Amino acid sequence: MKYSGFNPNEEFFVDMQRCIGCKACEMACAECETNGQEPMIHVNYVDRASTVQTTVQVCMHCEDPVCANVCPADAISKDEFGIVHTANTERCIGCSNCVMACPFGVPKKEENYDLMMKCTMCYDRTSVGKKPMCATVCPSGALFYGTKDEIQEMRPNSTPVNTFIFGKETVNTKVNIMMPKGSSELVIF
Amino acid sequence: MKNRSYNIKAMLIATLLSVLMVVLVFYGSRELQNFDAALVTYLFGTVFAFFGIVYRYTVWLQRPPTWIYFKRGVGFLFTGKIFSHFCFAVKESVENIAFQKFIYPRGKYRWLAHFMIAVGCTSAFLITIPLTFGWVHFTMAPNSISVYEAHFFGFKVMDFDLDSIMAFLTFHALNWSSYMVIFGAGYYLRRRLTNPGLIATQTFESDLLPLILLIAISVTGLGLTYSYEFMKGLAFDFLAVLHAVTVILFLIWIPFGKFFHIIQRPAQIAAHIYHKVGKQQGMAVCEHTGEEFTTNLHIKDLKKLTKKLGFDFDREDGTSHLDLSPEGKRSRLAQAHLRARQDGGNLFG
Repeated sequence: MKYSGFNPNEEFFVDMQRCIGCKACEMACAECETNGQEPMIHVNYVDRASTVQTTVQVCMHCEDPVCANVCPADAISKDEFGIVHTANTERCIGCSNCVMACPFGVPKKEENYDLMMKCTMCYDRTSVGKKPMCATVCPSGALFYGTKDEIQEMRPNSTPVNTFIFGKETVNTKVNIMMPKGSSELVIF
Repeated sequence: MKNRSYNIKAMLIATLLSVLMVVLVFYGSRELQNFDAALVTYLFGTVFAFFGIVYRYTVWLQRPPTWIYFKRGVGFLFTGKIFSHFCFAVKESVENIAFQKFIYPRGKYRWLAHFMIAVGCTSAFLITIPLTFGWVHFTMAPNSISVYEAHFFGFKVMDFDLDSIMAFLTFHALNWSSYMVIFGAGYYLRRRLTNPGLIATQTFESDLLPLILLIAISVTGLGLTYSYEFMKGLAFDFLAVLHAVTVILFLIWIPFGKFFHIIQRPAQIAAHIYHKVGKQQGMAVCEHTGEEFTTNLHIKDLKKLTKKLGFDFDREDGTSHLDLSPEGKRSRLAQAHLRARQDGGNLFG
């Protein structure tokens, strides 16, 4: 597991307003070797009755992951690169605590397998210096994986933000969301 | 647990149960009459493993999320329709613990290989632990040179002719276990060495070492039979020591490594009972999607649990972010992002 190929200068940048709902990322995600052919990325309509807006969600890889904290089986771990790994198959008891507690709605319960699975930022790829599958196929720039300099050059009017406010709770993450220039946080409520 | 490197409660429970086990070994072997002194190293390994397992299990149960499932699981089992709850628990245990049916959809060969390891290991434990403890021993039937008797706790339970099929199957029972473990562990070893997803995430000590240990135990164990059956006892002593070393390594590794999942697995049944009872009490409806997504009980417990763990997702109006389904949470995040973009005067930028 001690891959020296993980590039700590590259980060994930998400801009869900750019998501066009094409689901190319879903198809690509299913190619990720750590998922076993199940797509883990989420693309959904935000409020289908009133808008065609779609959103895309990858695991945000929180600094203090709620999912791992609420896991009764110690099945979720965070590694030295800040990647929060998917449930350890032999430990996960399929209770869905993580699925319901994640503030970003990321973990998926695979009912068939009685197992939680989630995005690992394509660990099989990022651990050897490649980019995650979804970011390589996104046609609209909603998902981007690269250095801070690269994103600054591409989006001069946006600032990457990795602090999220859920009422009294502040969640810091490894993954960034692109916000209007000068923003320091995204307040959900 | 504050700033202590050990857990007093767990230490006490583990010590008490380990002492109880040694007492049972003493009396179960009829005050060591039936105890096989050649197996004493295995006994030390087993007592250590037992202590470690109980210690870790107790520490594990004290974690707030684990304790909820333990408390709720046991509580539900003994309230209301007790008989129906027990039937459910037995059915679940047979399906999930004995047959590990949840592995089958992940891959039928994965299931078969896991099942073979599970049956091989369980049968080996059921044979060797009572033998090591002196709880089971064999004697010649009185006034006979061809009938063998098996005793449990000093009481006779069965007898068989020495040249019968029963005798062949019984004397070689550990060999059948070994073959099953070798095939199963061999399959998993191959998978771990070739599957790119596993290669990226596995570690030697938690994923490969357990398989290597299982194969080493089985091969050295089989070697003992092969040595005395076909090789005139060649290197028997060496093999016996090698086998003991691998088994004792395995035993003392149980509480720390991958094998602890065997002890953790019944928690899955508690989770199933929890969701079954929760469903009967009512489902939670997502305020964003308007659809049911989990049980009310689950959300209620999670709200308490997250607070206990230092997370507060409450909103000012008394509701909580946890009242949203995963899809609802993603949508609310996207809506908040859209608002921020609109306020910024540019949707993209």
